[in-house]
Amino acid sequence: MTKDININVHHITRVEGHGNIVVNIKDGTIEKCEWQVPEAPRFFEAMVRGRRYDDIQTIVSRICGICSISHSLVATKAVEDALGLEVTEQTDLVRHLMHYSEQLQSHTLHVGYLAAPDLFGEKSVVPLVPKATEIVLKIVKAHRVANQMSAVLAGRITHPITLTPGGMTKVPTEQELRDLKATLEDCVPDLVDICKAVLSVAGNLPAFDRDTEYVSLKQTNPLYKRTLTEYSFYHGDITSTDCNGDGDMPVNKWESVANEYVVPQSTAKWCKWHRDSYFAGAIARYKNQREFLSPLAKEVEKMFGMTVDNVNPYMNNVCQLIEAAHVVEASLEIIDKLLTKGTKFEKVNVTPKAGRGYAAIEAPRGILFHAYEFDKNGECTWGNCCIPTNQNHANIQKDFEKLVPQFMGEGEDALRQKMEMLVRAYDPCISCSTHMLNVEFVK
Amino acid sequence: MSKPRVAIFDFACCEGCQLQIVNLEEDILKLIDVVDVVEWREAMSEQSHEYDIAIIEGSITREEDAKRLEVIRSRAKILIALGACATIGGVNKIKNNFDSNEVRECVYGEDGQMPHLNTYNTKAIDEVVEVDFKIHGCPIEGSEFAQVIRSLLVGKAPFVPDYPVCVECKARETICRYEYNEICLGPITRAGCNAPCPTAGWRCFGCRGLVDNPNVDAAKEVMDTYGLTVDDLKQKMVLFNTK
Ligand code: SF4
Ligand code: SF4
Ligand code: SF4
Repeated sequence: MTKDININVHHITRVEGHGNIVVNIKDGTIEKCEWQVPEAPRFFEAMVRGRRYDDIQTIVSRICGICSISHSLVATKAVEDALGLEVTEQTDLVRHLMHYSEQLQSHTLHVGYLAAPDLFGEKSVVPLVPKATEIVLKIVKAHRVANQMSAVLAGRITHPITLTPGGMTKVPTEQELRDLKATLEDCVPDLVDICKAVLSVAGNLPAFDRDTEYVSLKQTNPLYKRTLTEYSFYHGDITSTDCNGDGDMPVNKWESVANEYVVPQSTAKWCKWHRDSYFAGAIARYKNQREFLSPLAKEVEKMFGMTVDNVNPYMNNVCQLIEAAHVVEASLEIIDKLLTKGTKFEKVNVTPKAGRGYAAIEAPRGILFHAYEFDKNGECTWGNCCIPTNQNHANIQKDFEKLVPQFMGEGEDALRQKMEMLVRAYDPCISCSTHMLNVEFVK
Repeated sequence: MSKPRVAIFDFACCEGCQLQIVNLEEDILKLIDVVDVVEWREAMSEQSHEYDIAIIEGSITREEDAKRLEVIRSRAKILIALGACATIGGVNKIKNNFDSNEVRECVYGEDGQMPHLNTYNTKAIDEVVEVDFKIHGCPIEGSEFAQVIRSLLVGKAPFVPDYPVCVECKARETICRYEYNEICLGPITRAGCNAPCPTAGWRCFGCRGLVDNPNVDAAKEVMDTYGLTVDDLKQKMVLFNTK
């Protein structure tokens, strides 16, 4: 017989932004079980209005510090779509590299600093320092390498400077690329060791399955056929595990994938496509694009026994490790490509024109959509963003609804721990709060 | 002396400035040696009401947040505003150029009238409570953060530059953005970042806020020389320097 359980985690820790978990169980009956978001709304879509087409990426980069490169990139792409701008192959390759640096940075930060402490039974990475010094230093190093890469490509680590509609304000020199290559190669053994360390405690990932729809990009750009970048973070159509090979959506139809809606019981806007909820993130990309993973990524996959049939949301963390390995190898491939041709600065010329543009890319924590409209002077008149965390809220809630009855017999503490870990597994980025609504508390 | 207890709190922001602390990488381990981090929600689960130094990231946009900030102020001996959102309101202040009801409707449609979406005009931290030190920038420079903490530990006031970004930019021998007929806010913006934006081929958009006494005449002269207007300049100042 389950005793009464009252969980009220106000502002869950080790996630980006503010979220609450509320569970009330009385005499074994679940009265309330909610994932809530009390983040202060910041109204980016309203703030971009009146700004010039080349100020947009600077503003919306500030939606989120951890995925600032993704927000700037997707905004730049959407502006280019609106203004009818094409970019050169060099620009496309350099942007890919920049984007990979963010995937590596974010995945390392998330698995290493935010999620791993749970697996090791610690409250944060701080007590892990004396306990597992060697591995913590390796995590720190991998994180630093990713940041060095961002700094070279984006002009600094957070909030990129070098992106502009139509091209880049600066490109890396060949020497910088060669240095980067050496640094990345040097990082491979550390990544493998980090994976092994996580594997040693992977038994602490709760056994919990719930099938859902998994949404991600799927490569369509011929430039990347039969390259590691065929596993797409950047180009392509929107697909899902429910599409079964047809019904993929072009990016300019993203609003009819996200289908944002308001629910009375939670107040954050939710998303749904073919079902009540869907999962965006590393596990979704993995499920839709597994065949294109790099050799090292496939090794990591094998190490953890991960398969495309796995429907355990906690495995999103493992997919992040698989992807970390993948992006290192994909980056090396692109660096080689850039080096064979050499890099040179390309001047950008833009004539503003009226129009609306859409774009989607994969932020580290899932597919990210932006759209903007401009008048003939290139002033923004409308904007819309839909971030991965919003797309995942409904799915987190549905997971909670299955998880609570399954584990409530284990008592309040164990249940709370599993729920917190679940939220962290989604790697939510709640301060990307363009669509967040506030909540009421039960207690 | 026992280690000073430090707590880090975030309000409306992107948490990018906290990230710069994490980005100190190996150096953060050295900082952890000399201070006791007692609360830092994004990085750890430990929590405490006992702290000497409170570091505040983000802007204040709601009454409930202002109240929480006042409580933090009352507990802390030293309060530091971290990053543009906290020191000058940052991009969050762009919203102050619009009617707040209209902004809500623009983003949330009909649901915009729900009471919990009620935010007021964005405020920097020193518009709500007294601030002892400011670390500028969007994002902050990790090295500046480390310097401020080290100064405080030895009881020294941290150094805050009061000259414009142009000084640092020229020292890096960057080609001036005005040569490309672009508007750069370097002449009136507080230095300390080492001009990463002009160096990477982009204009300074003023993320560190204005110097204490901006030389407006000189700025006007620059605008005249390049055939630009003060209105053009104001357009660019909206991003980080809205009141
Ligand atoms: S100042 Fe900039 S980087 Fe820092 S929290 Fe605010 S938006 Fe983010
Ligand atoms: S580029 Fe900007 S910061 Fe640099 S010298 Fe010119 S005006 Fe000053
Ligand atoms: S150059 Fe200007 S915009 Fe860039 S970091 Fe410095 S103050 Fe901020």
